[in-house]
Amino acid sequence: MPRLSADARHTIRLEVNGRAVEGEAEPRMLLTDFLRHKLGLTGTHVGCEHGVCGACTIQIDGAPARACLTLAVQADGAKLRTVEGLAPEPGRLSVLQEAFRRHHALQCGFCTAGILMSLDWYLAHTSDPSEEDLREFLSGHICRCTGYVPIVAAALDAAKRLRDA
Amino acid sequence: MKPAPFDYLRAASLSEAHAALAAAGSDAAVIAGGQTLVPLLSMRMARPSVLVDVMHVAELGGVRVADNAIHVGATVRQAELLAWPALEQQQPLLAQALPWVGHWQTRARGTVCGSVALADPSAELPLVLTALDGQVVLSSKSGRRRVKADAFFTGLMSTARRDDELIEAVSFPCRREGEGFAFREFARRHGDFAIVACAAIVREKKVRLAVGGVADRPVVRDFDDASDDALAAFAAALEARDDLHASADYRRDLVRRLGRATIEEAKCRA
Repeated sequence: MPRLSADARHTIRLEVNGRAVEGEAEPRMLLTDFLRHKLGLTGTHVGCEHGVCGACTIQIDGAPARACLTLAVQADGAKLRTVEGLAPEPGRLSVLQEAFRRHHALQCGFCTAGILMSLDWYLAHTSDPSEEDLREFLSGHICRCTGYVPIVAAALDAAKRLRDA
Repeated sequence: MKPAPFDYLRAASLSEAHAALAAAGSDAAVIAGGQTLVPLLSMRMARPSVLVDVMHVAELGGVRVADNAIHVGATVRQAELLAWPALEQQQPLLAQALPWVGHWQTRARGTVCGSVALADPSAELPLVLTALDGQVVLSSKSGRRRVKADAFFTGLMSTARRDDELIEAVSFPCRREGEGFAFREFARRHGDFAIVACAAIVREKKVRLAVGGVADRPVVRDFDDASDDALAAFAAALEARDDLHASADYRRDLVRRLGRATIEEAKCRA
């Protein structure tokens, strides 16, 4: 890759939710802004913009990560999953999303996309998590509405349904 | 909270990275996982004119054991080292400390060498590297050198790395027979930077305590007799300061109590 100059826009090609996409970015553009403004994927939220709150969490190359701590140019060639990719088809929610609805695991919903992307990955790798495991895992997310209790309940419920499925 | 403009260069080889750093002078920054650097860029505490991305340099990958040390390449992510099956057996202190480094979501991207390179005084990996007398392997166009951890960390987010150098790897000495280790930390939320972090190594009667989050870099003290008085004297000598998160008094108290608990735990494991 040649040196990308600061004052020009460069084509970034990556895979998002299974589809090849491209957009233009200056080197300094954060992946959060690239997703929202260049690709129109506004499900990924921008909270603190320095990696603390977890609202912008997506999956990068198969692992949960902060989109705000990644530059769009770093993600050139990567495979991303965002909250837009969770529902199996239009009009139907994933098991985890359904559990969030059933347990009222969100109020304002600002933190929800990030938490869903973390938990989606975690439940795919841990079929029978304890409440303690989940709380430890969720320490990378801040929710100011729920007090976390319904979020943990929804995750436990989703884990059980995914096991039984 | 947007970074100032910079050029971006994705190095495909070590020699390409060296050439880019040599050409850029003091204005370049090396980026790997970006979990410490990107917030510094966003807050404009760092304003490099060019970022050299080393994440795609194949020579910088891999974890291996040689000469009684674990060598961790520059592109090894924290999660990758944590998942390395031999970690607990080869160096329990590293295995105990790594889960405290950031959150799952940052360990998936952040590298071990990157945390060492940025030298945050509260960060766990510089603390463990110093406690174990580890080394940092630096290289540039003009050669390679190894620097001991205590000489590498020179102050608040400052290191002995020269502008044209990058960290190729860090090496953590493997555990030796009869050693006991423990790591403890206090933070407001698990995964946040430590208010005080302690690493203890016990070997026969000798006790070593390393403390992070208090001084401008990790501080190590060897005790023949780790009495409460000796620990209190160490805490007082650390030049703790008041900040937003905790007062100097509170930090000294944490060094005494957390330090004691860490030492006793290490003794049990020796």
